[in-house]
Amino acid sequence: MASIQKERNEIPALPPGERVKSFAEVALGFDADTARAEAARCLNCKTAPCKGGCPVGVSIPEFLAKLKDGDFTEAGKIVKATNNLPSVCGRVCPQENQCEKLCVRARAGGAVAIGACERFVGDYMLKNAPPAKKVKPIGKRAAVIGSGPAGLTAAAELANAGVSVTVFEAFHRPGGVLVYGIPEFRLPKSLVKAEIDALTARGVAVECNAVAGRTVTIDELKAEYDAIFIGTGAGLPVFLNIEGENLNGVYSANEYLTRVNLMDAYKPSSATPVRRGKRVAVIGAGNVAMDAARTAVRMGAEKVTVIYRRGREEMPARAEEIRHAEEEGVVFELLCAPLKMTGENGSVTGLKCVRMRLTEPDATGRKTPVPVANSDFTIDADVVIVALGTAPNPLLTDAYPAIAATKKGTLIVDANMRTSDPKIYAGGDAVTGAATVILAMGAGRTAGRAILESFKKTVCL
Amino acid sequence: MNKIIAKRTLAPSVNEYVIDAPAVARHALAGQFVILRVDAEGERVPFTICDFDPRAGSVTILVQEVGYTTKRLAGLNAGEYLADFAGPLGRPTDLSEFKSAVLVGGGIGAAVVYPQAKRLFGEGRPADVIIGARAKELIMYETELKTLAKNLYLTTDDGSYARKGFVTDVLKELLERGDHDCVFAVGPMPMMRAVANLTRGYNVRTVVSMNSTMVDGTGMCGCCRVSVGGEVKYACVHGPEFDGHLIDFDEAINRSRAYRDIESEHLCRLTNAVRG
Repeated sequence: MASIQKERNEIPALPPGERVKSFAEVALGFDADTARAEAARCLNCKTAPCKGGCPVGVSIPEFLAKLKDGDFTEAGKIVKATNNLPSVCGRVCPQENQCEKLCVRARAGGAVAIGACERFVGDYMLKNAPPAKKVKPIGKRAAVIGSGPAGLTAAAELANAGVSVTVFEAFHRPGGVLVYGIPEFRLPKSLVKAEIDALTARGVAVECNAVAGRTVTIDELKAEYDAIFIGTGAGLPVFLNIEGENLNGVYSANEYLTRVNLMDAYKPSSATPVRRGKRVAVIGAGNVAMDAARTAVRMGAEKVTVIYRRGREEMPARAEEIRHAEEEGVVFELLCAPLKMTGENGSVTGLKCVRMRLTEPDATGRKTPVPVANSDFTIDADVVIVALGTAPNPLLTDAYPAIAATKKGTLIVDANMRTSDPKIYAGGDAVTGAATVILAMGAGRTAGRAILESFKKTVCL
Repeated sequence: MNKIIAKRTLAPSVNEYVIDAPAVARHALAGQFVILRVDAEGERVPFTICDFDPRAGSVTILVQEVGYTTKRLAGLNAGEYLADFAGPLGRPTDLSEFKSAVLVGGGIGAAVVYPQAKRLFGEGRPADVIIGARAKELIMYETELKTLAKNLYLTTDDGSYARKGFVTDVLKELLERGDHDCVFAVGPMPMMRAVANLTRGYNVRTVVSMNSTMVDGTGMCGCCRVSVGGEVKYACVHGPEFDGHLIDFDEAINRSRAYRDIESEHLCRLTNAVRG
């Protein structure tokens, strides 16, 4: 047997020159041989620290062992036991801050590429897994509000246990942030659709254009269902509150990405308009900012600049997204803060900025950005995209004030994701504020299990 | 998919549609709106709910042909389907705290005044209603409003019908009498601005319904943001009604024109496609 490869296999990617011309997926994924070779790099250490880094606790060494042996179906079953959407997580999880960060091989040729292996297994299961067996109904019904990662995971957890589940989605297409937010080149929509189709094949009903609290009230849901899970996501985009922010051509990242992703504004056949800027400025440096910047590149911008008030090390985006953005020609203006937006004839033309520097770390170790005197300068921009996160959406709490929320408006839950109403559970960004897909999935899973427990207490099985 | 139950033409380029949408009809309240898509490639466009019938499961909207989607809609007839129809969205309008409201509708704004007039009539305290339009053929819901209003005042810009002039001319006379404590105004933004500028002098509370452009209509995108008293508000979840005296109308009017160029390009394509 060949000796175990020392160096980590990196996931192949489309060359930058080719990527920027289309919305085709950038990261190409491992072939079977590479996936097996990479899985073989796992030392199968007893303590398995990687597992502790996974918000849903995937049995990582166990699935890698099966993958190494070429038993892809068994590997898939192990992953799917705790992670309903491995194809999605393999693509969008910040693995370098989670499982891979804790991998003991990190210092010996690089951490095992767990994310890329998970993606391979997930994709294999989507193509080859036998259709799920019908689960015997247990005579309970659950309503899931929102079809993003939290809702889909809760729905799967419940449906797998024989609960009759209906998912209520406000948009005309299910998937939540997976279809409106994360771009095609990072997460193909066909894949999200396949995951949702797999759920509906298991009997989960999905109702689109159904705005919970409006099209159907929470009281109606409570009357009709035995439990409710709220996974409505983050909500209102945050702006900077600076002059000129309501000029035309200034978008929230949510709006820009929704127009391009969900509404297909990049296709000539779509009726949804979007401004294709020549010079695009993106404010913020998280994953959403990278998605917006890389989308703008593909929409034909000549120059795309990411503006961030802290430094490179502080950028919250996944390392891979930052690297891909740089390869695609995105320029980074770090230690730079916008002061105001300038415009002509009602449309934005530029961004007045100031240079920043970071203070020495304070008692909590945090460096604060402060402006450098007399360092104002202007960045030309005919499209500005603000990607600074979101604040809670008041729609549901307005429509159903009976449910306890924080002052800010996020829903309050206990360790089992149960809200102040014993029949209603919640999870994902609606509870935490803007976070990651995998954390939302973890919450959906915890809630799903807690709902099942609550059912056991009330029925004799 | 939602079926178009009935369609009637109320004025040149203005059609009334009755849409089969039982869940929306069951929950709708005056002042709320829906978001619809004409077909699978359609944009999401908001329309204020003009009327609703929970028993029949239907919702009525009024559509004026102004852009790509409204022209596509005009090509659809009773028996055909809309791809999507979501709602009711936005906070309902509540005029119950006022003793005596004047409802002012400009052009297609009559469609938004109608449910308020109907509600106040139902509460046994019909309102004075002013409806204005460019010309006679653009006066809508005259018969219906005549029944529901305490007094119905009509104006046309060109004098082709009723009184020649603007809604503000009549409104000024009513305000001079001083027996109204609220003005509810809906119509083109310049008209709402004119009303707010007038009522400011009389210190009468003025409620306007902002017809901003939207994408999701549920607070997610911020496309519909308006400056209200220096604060950014989202028409879809904080509105659509706001205090007319606090709205930055110049900004709102500018934002409503954001896609004018792209829109006209789309329209050319549509016209060419229709021409074959």
